[in-house]
Amino acid sequence: MKIRAALLTASAMLVLASGAMADTAGKRIALSNNYAGNSWRQAMLQSWDKIGKQAIADKIVAAADAYTTADKEAPTQAAQIQNLILQGYDAIVIDAASPDALNGAVKQACNAGIVVVAFDGLVTEPCAYKVTVDLAETYGAEQVRQVAKRLPNGGNILYVRGLAGTSIDDDITRGVMSEIAKHPNLKIVNSVYGNWDQTTAQKAVATVLPSLPEIAGVIDQGGDGYGTAQAFKSAGRPMPLIMLGNRQDELAWWKEQRDHGGYDTWSASEAPGMVTFAFWVAQQILDGKEVPKEVPMGILTIDPEQLDDYLKNTPAGSVANTEYTQEEVEKAIADAKK
Amino acid sequence: MSFASVVPSPGSLAQGRRLLRTALPAISLVLILAGIAWMNPRAISYLGFNLMLNLAIPIALATIAQMFVITINDLDLSIGFFVSFVGCVTAVWLADQPELGIAMLLGGILIYAAVGALVYVFDLPSIVVTLGMSFVWQGLAIMVLPKPGGHASEWLHRLMTFHTPFVPFPVIAALVIAGVVHVGLMRSSYGAILRGAGGNAAAISRAGWSLLKAKIVAFALAGFFGVLSGLSLIGLTTAGDPNIGAGYTLLSIAGVILGGGEFVGGRVSPVGAVVGALTLALASSSLLSFMRIPPDWQVGANGAILIIVLAARALISRREA
Repeated sequence: MKIRAALLTASAMLVLASGAMADTAGKRIALSNNYAGNSWRQAMLQSWDKIGKQAIADKIVAAADAYTTADKEAPTQAAQIQNLILQGYDAIVIDAASPDALNGAVKQACNAGIVVVAFDGLVTEPCAYKVTVDLAETYGAEQVRQVAKRLPNGGNILYVRGLAGTSIDDDITRGVMSEIAKHPNLKIVNSVYGNWDQTTAQKAVATVLPSLPEIAGVIDQGGDGYGTAQAFKSAGRPMPLIMLGNRQDELAWWKEQRDHGGYDTWSASEAPGMVTFAFWVAQQILDGKEVPKEVPMGILTIDPEQLDDYLKNTPAGSVANTEYTQEEVEKAIADAKK
Repeated sequence: MSFASVVPSPGSLAQGRRLLRTALPAISLVLILAGIAWMNPRAISYLGFNLMLNLAIPIALATIAQMFVITINDLDLSIGFFVSFVGCVTAVWLADQPELGIAMLLGGILIYAAVGALVYVFDLPSIVVTLGMSFVWQGLAIMVLPKPGGHASEWLHRLMTFHTPFVPFPVIAALVIAGVVHVGLMRSSYGAILRGAGGNAAAISRAGWSLLKAKIVAFALAGFFGVLSGLSLIGLTTAGDPNIGAGYTLLSIAGVILGGGEFVGGRVSPVGAVVGALTLALASSSLLSFMRIPPDWQVGANGAILIIVLAARALISRREA
C-alpha cells in the first residue's frame, strides 16, 4: 500500500514536472516568407538564421527552416503554406503577402494542428497568433509628432508613401492623417508613392518637386529617405527635415548632415529582428505556455545620441537591427496578458 | 470547312507529332510528381493533392483564358490584373450584392470582347493594347478594393473546398476544365474556325467567316475564363487583394507554351494547357519547398526549375520538327 502510494506520488510529480517544462526540443518551426528582394527582408532572414541555428544548437527546437517564394503574391504564398503543412512542421511563422488572401491556407494549417504566428505582414484569420506593431500610432502618428516638435512654426509637408494597396501603407497613412489633423500648421501639399525604395522615391519626388512650394518637412515610410534627400539635392532645393527609416544609407547620410551643420531628425523602423520575436512566441506556444492571440511589440527608434552606435553595427545596404531573446519575449507575453 | 484545310499535312506523321506534343506536358507532370513523391511521400495522398493542387485551379483557368487569345495569334498581358479585378469584385460585391457583382463581371467580359474588336478593327498589336488594359484593370481593382479585404460568398468557398469522395476536388476540376475546353475548341466546328483564324486568317476570311467575330469570341472567352479564375481564387483565399492575380499573366503564358502551344499558328492544346499549369504550380511551389534549398537560393531555384521545364519542352519539339 505504502509502495503504491509512493509510486503514485512519484508519477504525479513526474507529470507535474513535464507539464511545467514541456519540451520543444523535438519541435520543428518553419518561416514562410514572400519576398527577399530588399535589405529589410535580407536582414530578417539573417536574424532568423542566427537565432534558429542557436536554438537548434541549444536543443530548444529541432529545426528552424526558412522558405521564401519567388514573387510577392498571395496565391504563391498560400501554396507554400499548404506545402509546409504537408511537410509536417509543428509551427509556421508567417510574414504574409496579404492580410486576407492567405486566410484559407492559414485555416488549413490550424486545422492540421499547426501553430501559426504572423508578424510584419499579418493575417486576419482568427486562429493565427499575431505579433502586432501599432504602425499607425508608433510610426505614422509618431513621425508627425517628431516633425511638429522640430518645426514649431509649421510648414509644408511632402508625404512619401509606400506601396499602393498594401496594409502597411494603409496603416501608416491612417496614423499620419489622424495625427496631422491635430497640427493645423503642418500641411501635406502632396504625396507620392516611393515603394519603400530609394530609387523609386528619388524619381517620384524629383517628378513632383518642381510643382511644389517650399517644403519644410518630409514624412515617409522608411527606405525612401535617402532617395528623397537626393531628389532635393539635385533639384537645388533647401534640404527639408526628412524622417528616416533606419536604413544604413539613411543613417550614414544623417551622420554626414549632422557633422556638417547639426542636422537633426528622427529615425525608426520595424527591426527585421522581429522575426525572432515571432520565433520565440511560436516556441512559447509549442512549450504549452498560455499566450494571448495578439502579442504587441515596439519598433526600433534611433535618437540622435544613438546614431553612431547603430550606424557602426549596420552593414552597408542593410537596416538597423536588433534580435530578441527568449526572456524579452516571455516578458512581452506576460505584459500582453495584463 | 473541314479541319484538314486549316492545318496542312494531317498525315500519320503529323499525328504522331501531335501525339508527342500532347504527351510532353504529361511526361513533365509525371516527372515532377515523381520528384515530389521521392522527397515527401506524405504529399502523394488525398490530403496532399488537395493542398498541392487547389491553388493550381485558378492558374489553370487563367491559362485557358490566355490560350484562347494565343489561339488567334494574340497575347494577353492583362489577364493577371483582370483576375485581380474579378477577385476584388467577387470579394466586395458578389456575396452581399450579387446582382451588382454579376453585372460587373459581365461588364468585364464585354470589355474583353471590345478589346478583341479594337485589336482587329484598328489592326493594333495586342501586346500594346492589353498592356494598357492591364493598368486599367489594376486601377479598377484598387478602386474597388483599396486595401485587402472583403469576403468570399459562402457557396463559392464551399465549392472550392469541397471534399469529393476518393478523387481530390482539384483533380476532378482540372479534368472537367480540360475536357470541356477540349470539346469546345478541338472538336466543335466553330473551334476549328477560331484555330483557323490563328493558323491561316486569309483562308478563313476567304471562306466567308468573319475574322472580327473570331477575335471578339476569342477575347470574350478569355474574359469568361478570367472571371472563372478570379472566382475560384477568391473561393480558396476567402478574401481579395488588389494584387492577388498579378503573377498570373506570365504564369498563364508559360503554361500555354509548356502545354504544347505555339505563339503563332493557332496551334494550342487545352489539355496541354491545363497540364502545363498544374506542372508549373507544382514545380514552382511544392517541388521547391520540399527540396529544402537554402533561402538565398530559393528564388533563383524557382526560376531555374521553370527554365529547365520549358527548355526540355523546346528541345524536344525542335527535334520533332
